[in-house]
Amino acid sequence: MKDMPPKIALKAINWNRIQDDKDLEVWNRLTVNFWLPEKVPLSNDVPSWATLTPAERELTIRVFTGLTLLDTIQNTVGAPSLMPDAQTPHEEAVLTNIAFMEAVHARSYSSIFSTLCSTPEVDAAFRWSEENPHLQAKARMIVDEYKAHETPNKRKIASVFLESFLFYSGFYLPMYWSSRAKLTNTADLIRLIIRDEAVHGYYIGYKYQRATEKLPESERAALKDFAFSLLLDLYDIESKYTEELYDGIGQTEDVKKFLHYNANKALMNLGYEALFPPQVSEVNPAILSALSPDSENHDFFSGSGSSYVIGKAVATEDDDWDF
Amino acid sequence: MGDLIYFSSATGNTARFVARLGLPAMRLPMRADGPMPSPVRPYALICPTYADGQGRGAVPKSVIRFLNDPARRGLLRGVIGTGNRNFGAMFGLSARVISEKCAVPVLYKFELAGTETDIDRVRAGLADFWGTECLTMA
Repeated sequence: MKDMPPKIALKAINWNRIQDDKDLEVWNRLTVNFWLPEKVPLSNDVPSWATLTPAERELTIRVFTGLTLLDTIQNTVGAPSLMPDAQTPHEEAVLTNIAFMEAVHARSYSSIFSTLCSTPEVDAAFRWSEENPHLQAKARMIVDEYKAHETPNKRKIASVFLESFLFYSGFYLPMYWSSRAKLTNTADLIRLIIRDEAVHGYYIGYKYQRATEKLPESERAALKDFAFSLLLDLYDIESKYTEELYDGIGQTEDVKKFLHYNANKALMNLGYEALFPPQVSEVNPAILSALSPDSENHDFFSGSGSSYVIGKAVATEDDDWDF
Repeated sequence: MGDLIYFSSATGNTARFVARLGLPAMRLPMRADGPMPSPVRPYALICPTYADGQGRGAVPKSVIRFLNDPARRGLLRGVIGTGNRNFGAMFGLSARVISEKCAVPVLYKFELAGTETDIDRVRAGLADFWGTECLTMA
């Protein structure tokens, strides 16, 4: 064995030596937010499911298989592809959490299916997801970036667009049903997924900003051009996908505003300015309140009331607030 | 017009919002043991939210330490919350926590680095708010 080259020591992760505070912050947030689909009483939606028309049911199952595909990709390809570029051991650990939660999300849709749907209609929707050209095209565009070599920053861009933009043509539908008091337990489960994806997009976007801040200006400009052009390419596909799915229930224009709004948020996660102007990004208030149902929407500047209110008591850690 | 004080973590969303707002503003340190600004005039605070699913940890430690000083807290007139609507009921929660603890109004809430609409509303809203404050104090 004397001819073996000197070995680099294998390193154990030390969570008491943190190089980047965001790693610990996000690790704590993700682990506290951990959940499983069994915690949501999906079977309470059985009566509501029966009130949907056959076309509405087909739409819902298709939308959920589309979401399952994206979660599957992020679980098995996307999050793992970011690991070799991790700057800290803690970042790698966070990415393993992200990868696993994507598997939980993908698994959740099957829980919805087994609770509400018949096997033949679910099988048909999975076939549809393999044959639909728009769904396949957007998934392919992201996977191609993940598999490209030597482009870690582009992988992060693609990952943020998947987490913070591409899911939303799908997430719209359960929010829409929820705003009409349908499938409300399913919507509760989807909101857990939405919450996770927000942390994922935020964290990967943050790592992108850290990774690119020291690059020469020309490289930064080239990456920014790449990000905006990838977003527009994805948007073209999303528009067609949206029309195909939502024309039947007359919601296409409403969904597109939701896409613009989320595309802007994806860009903000990367540290960029919004692309779509306010007039095309104003989401239907019913969808916004389905997204954050208990959030107090009253504030002083919006003038939505005659006088301001001071918030109700909320739980905080007392030792942090010993005024 | 009163002052503006804000917290922004390493992601820089709130810092980018404040830069586009174009109003003079003081930034709180990222870590709670950093040097704190010492306001001498009334101010509004812009504060992001870091709550978990139960609402714990919504207000950054640096903001808590800043507000724990009675002189600094006494000049706070209103709070603008930031966050992400994807967190449901926790969206902009830190503003509500501070509002309740310090008995000041939640002036506004926006997401991430804010949109053009948010910039316009905050700019106009702060101008109106400080106008009202002056009248109230006179």
